[in-house]
Amino acid sequence: MYLATGAFGALGAALAVWPLIDSMNPAADTLALSTIEADLSAVETGQRITVKWRGSPVFIDRRTDKQLQEAEAVDVSRLRDPQTDAERVIKPEWLVLVGICTHLGCVPLGQKPTDDRGDWGGWFCPCHGSHYDTSGRIRKGPAPTNLVVPVYEFLDDSTVKIG
Amino acid sequence: MAAPTMNNRMIKWFDDRLPIFTFMHHELHEYPTPKNLSYWWNFGSLAGIMLVVMIVTGIVLAMHYTADANLAFGSVERIMRDVNYGWLLRYIHSNGGSMFFIVVYIHVFRGLYYGSYKSPREVLWWLGIIILLLMMATAFMGYVLPWGQMSFWGATVITNLFSAIPLVGDSIVTWLWGGFSVDDPTLNRFFSLHYLLPFVIVGVVVLHLWALHVHGSNNPKGIDMKGPQDSIPFHPYYTVKDLFGAALFFVVYAVFIFFFPDYLGHPDNYIPANPLVTPAHIVPEWYFLPFYAVLRAFDFDIWFMPAKLLGVIAMFASILVLFVLPWLDTSRVRSGTFRPVFKWFFIILIIDCVVLGYVGAKAPNDPLIASQESVQAANDEYNACVAKADAAGKNGEEECDKPFFVQYVHLGQLTTAYYFFHFLLLLPILGRTERTLPLPTSISEPVTKGGAGAGQ
Ligand code: HEM
Ligand code: FES
Repeated sequence: MYLATGAFGALGAALAVWPLIDSMNPAADTLALSTIEADLSAVETGQRITVKWRGSPVFIDRRTDKQLQEAEAVDVSRLRDPQTDAERVIKPEWLVLVGICTHLGCVPLGQKPTDDRGDWGGWFCPCHGSHYDTSGRIRKGPAPTNLVVPVYEFLDDSTVKIG
Repeated sequence: MAAPTMNNRMIKWFDDRLPIFTFMHHELHEYPTPKNLSYWWNFGSLAGIMLVVMIVTGIVLAMHYTADANLAFGSVERIMRDVNYGWLLRYIHSNGGSMFFIVVYIHVFRGLYYGSYKSPREVLWWLGIIILLLMMATAFMGYVLPWGQMSFWGATVITNLFSAIPLVGDSIVTWLWGGFSVDDPTLNRFFSLHYLLPFVIVGVVVLHLWALHVHGSNNPKGIDMKGPQDSIPFHPYYTVKDLFGAALFFVVYAVFIFFFPDYLGHPDNYIPANPLVTPAHIVPEWYFLPFYAVLRAFDFDIWFMPAKLLGVIAMFASILVLFVLPWLDTSRVRSGTFRPVFKWFFIILIIDCVVLGYVGAKAPNDPLIASQESVQAANDEYNACVAKADAAGKNGEEECDKPFFVQYVHLGQLTTAYYFFHFLLLLPILGRTERTLPLPTSISEPVTKGGAGAGQ
């Protein structure tokens, strides 16, 4: 009897607390901002641009042939988070990445040509020293996984929709 | 424990209905306090004073502050420039955070040395640790409010720690943020909690004092009071001594406020938060540095546990271990004064914590001893060797010898290991094996030679 009353009370309390907890999750308007479109017509080969998606930077990299070859030539079995370059792109020329280090969330350097791009010529996270290659894969440092590829699609040749 | 004599009829009328004056008299005037307390016992009341200072300045700051990602930075600058005495309020509050931590850390180490955590004061000790944890949460969220670069990126890195939790980690982080990155919703909830938590601390402080007054203060000798000749009333003796200490403390505090107001802060926090650019070097406030070093000491995985998770566990464990300290320290002697071996290890522990703080402020992979240039040269050579081997179709990382340098993270690993060694291995063993010095028979004995009962 005590047990049943207690269990019922606990269930009721949990149900009453849930709206309080869930109210702290992203609100409808925050979720509504979840897609953006980026114009690629002005991006030249070898150029990298940053767009803002859901409050975070997204890196768009129009890769040179050399960068592409480097990304494809890697022996995947030796990677911490094995993925071929083809698995990470829709059109090989365009690399789209969430610009957030998978370690603790800093923004890696490498978007500007003058930045330190790390030992593999991709991106370098200054916070705790993670090196990413020209496919955004983790090569050295504490980050556990590759830079995340967001959900995206090409609307036409020069527009990409992210999210 | 007779009620105090009350001459004023109004006071007596009130006290009959709510015996608050009797209560005060009992807890302050009659409350017997060991007569041999040293100045190390000042820091408890100082912490209480700091809590009041923080709440008073905080409430006034909140009248001028705006918790909005677009407006917060500007509102703090407005406090600094336009609000009457706003600069003073803010500097009292921001330096007050540091002063509060100095005081509390000294207070804690006092307890560690004199064995104040031992029976019958375990619950008192637990309540103190809970206060410390709440303070850390409060200070962390307060630092986010000015919405500068360090605010933003500190919040990002620390909240991201929770993503190390298996399975639910990412959902928890999204929930903490209220979005997909640290943003306006995060700032607002941090402000709400930053306002709330200090009052929760007040509540726990009341429990802390309640527990204190059950058995009374410990003292430098670590032995119990044996009778009235060992004690003096708290008021006026210790109220005056505490006030004197507070006056000295406020001089130091004022020097920081008026002459070095930003010395303990970080210049990057005067740059407005920018989610697209990370500062070159993210460091927390000084009082978190030792924990930051523990967090980063784990740069390797153990079995299925990734480095990130290990670091988080170790960081929390470094405080949680204090909860079980009363049972880890097996010595029956409380005070370090009578523990000749413990004394030295206590000093090593303090040095260890300071070194941890130093490591926490450094970039983990910078060389500790070798020069930057020589490291750079060796790394270049290694990379060239790998590239050459790879080009020849071999596995460069296996072919070439990776240059090794002692880095800050190695010092961090050593000091982290020592920290846990002290609590988990040393104290249990030392308590059983150490030959302690003879304890005086009472607090009065060393002075009156007669001990309790003799003298007065
Ligand atoms: C346990 C007590 C408290 C601690 C340790 C604490 C700590 C801090 C810290 C470290 C900052 C950042 C200062 C800076 O760099 O600018 C801050 C800011 C702030 N705190 Fe507190 N605080 C406490 C209590 C309170 C209370 C009770 C309030 C009342 C609402 C409050 C309101 C504020 C406001 C409005 C700011 C932003 C303005 C500013 O940055 O100066 N604080 N706090
Ligand atoms: S956040 Fe990038 S290496 Fe830690």
